[in-house]
Amino acid sequence: MKISMAEVEHVARLARLELTPEEKEKFTHQLNDILEFAAKLQAIDTEGVPPTSHVLNLKNVWREDEVHDWLTQEEALANAPAAADGCFQVPRIIEE
Amino acid sequence: MRKEDLETVIGLEVHVELATKSKIFCSCSTEFGAPPNTHVCPICLGLPGVLPVLNKKALEYAVRAALALNCEIAPFSKFDRKNYFYPDLPKAYQISQYDQPLAYGGYVDIEVNGEKRRIRIKRVHLEEDAGKLLHAGDDIAGAATSLVDFNRSGVPLIEIVSEPDIRSPEEARLYLMKLKTILEYLGVSDCKMEEGSLRCDANLSVRPRGAKELGTKTEIKNMNSFRAVFKGLEYEERRQKEALAAGEEIVQETRHWDENRSVTVSMRGKEEAHDYRYFPDPDLVPLIIDRAWVEEIRRSLPELPDARRERFQREYGLPAYDAEVLTASRTLADFYDECVRLFPDPKAVSNFVMSEVLRLLNAEGKDIVDTPLTPQHLAKLLGLVKEGTISGKIAKDVFEEVFKTGRDPAEIVKERGLVQISDEGELARIVDEVLAANPAVVADYRGGKEKAFTFLVGQVMKATRGKANPALVNKLLKEKLS
Repeated sequence: MKISMAEVEHVARLARLELTPEEKEKFTHQLNDILEFAAKLQAIDTEGVPPTSHVLNLKNVWREDEVHDWLTQEEALANAPAAADGCFQVPRIIEE
Repeated sequence: MRKEDLETVIGLEVHVELATKSKIFCSCSTEFGAPPNTHVCPICLGLPGVLPVLNKKALEYAVRAALALNCEIAPFSKFDRKNYFYPDLPKAYQISQYDQPLAYGGYVDIEVNGEKRRIRIKRVHLEEDAGKLLHAGDDIAGAATSLVDFNRSGVPLIEIVSEPDIRSPEEARLYLMKLKTILEYLGVSDCKMEEGSLRCDANLSVRPRGAKELGTKTEIKNMNSFRAVFKGLEYEERRQKEALAAGEEIVQETRHWDENRSVTVSMRGKEEAHDYRYFPDPDLVPLIIDRAWVEEIRRSLPELPDARRERFQREYGLPAYDAEVLTASRTLADFYDECVRLFPDPKAVSNFVMSEVLRLLNAEGKDIVDTPLTPQHLAKLLGLVKEGTISGKIAKDVFEEVFKTGRDPAEIVKERGLVQISDEGELARIVDEVLAANPAVVADYRGGKEKAFTFLVGQVMKATRGKANPALVNKLLKEKLS
């Protein structure tokens, strides 16, 4: 399993990370090391073992459909870097 | 490739907001139209360190919908995180279901030009809605900004994905209408497209008629009404067929329906973004749904539109068309059932509902339950016609007032002096007067002009302000003119 620098760039773009050429180089190596280590798990025989999606031995946790107020508009917006008209204000999204 | 040799293939993804009181993973209200950011909490605002907990009612509604759509409920299902950045998604992931959805393998039957078509349903899964972006104008500094309201963030949705079994924009429209009707019958959603509680995206491709493989598809978004779905797909179908006929290739892309210009427009730059890096949400544990609960929900399903339509034909002897119209909404079908129970003449009730009631409902754009009209009113009104107290024509006038005010029909009839004149002596006197006043017309009739008779009936009606018993007027006129 070998991850290419192009894949590192792709993942970085999806995560909105801006990497320098040195970082790309470094992370390509590091990610490969991690993947190589994880690949050791492939050696284990998992025949007949169901895939694990959760490590907790729990299922069907739910609540009743009840309404509780929590925050006021003022409280909700208290930490917003910018707010207007009762809303969070963000840079305009340009749909190209 | 000629356009006539191409067939259209459509699959729909329908998002439906569930009518729970609280959100899917927190206890904020789902109320529509509240001031912005007043139904929010740390969970639906995506603040760190919170723990989402599933709303049991949302799950129940989803199971209910899936069963009504003839799906299997998965023995095991789980929630996944769908990762992407957008300002209406505060966690930068949407909690959805990826490879193990709640339900799969269902179908909906629609009728196209009198023929039954089965549209298979691939899956039904649960997810959370995103917030709402409001695009404001430029602010004082001149910097363009958008505003975000998170009241909708975390409202429960089901996504219903069809197989690519739909063959025309009209079939797509019929399928969507059928889904809406079924979901309304179930009471799991109010299905208001104009409020965004029912939304529809489509995948459309064309291919040579009879081909097995699918052509390159485009995804069409932003069709916000039944009409827009039809128009948008019709446009896209034509665009793709023309492109292929001209030897061009279809580019796989997302296209936006522009209602004002009536065209679909390419949204470039979205192609590479379809890399959502799904993984199981560690905060939400798996669902292993008790089969007994599923069966309990199945037993609680109401009579669904198809079954009800068939019953209306069978039990009430209605024509297929009447049954279809009367069962198109549950509230109307309930109203009809109750009217027939009170006034057991199914055809008379059907005629009145389909003409007068629907005319006024359509004119005012209302649902029957939002008017003061009750089944008791209509049964009473039809009773007055049947016993000869008022004529059918007068009944229509009285009905308009009942519809607007919710007053008792008998009271209106009495107050406005609308009781039909069925007294033969009194009517005979009026008929004599009319005949005496119109000697020329009488002569015409006797000379063989049939139309003259209608005129004379009209004169008697006029003289009685519409209150004369029509059958009696006819009889008396015939007698006196022969």
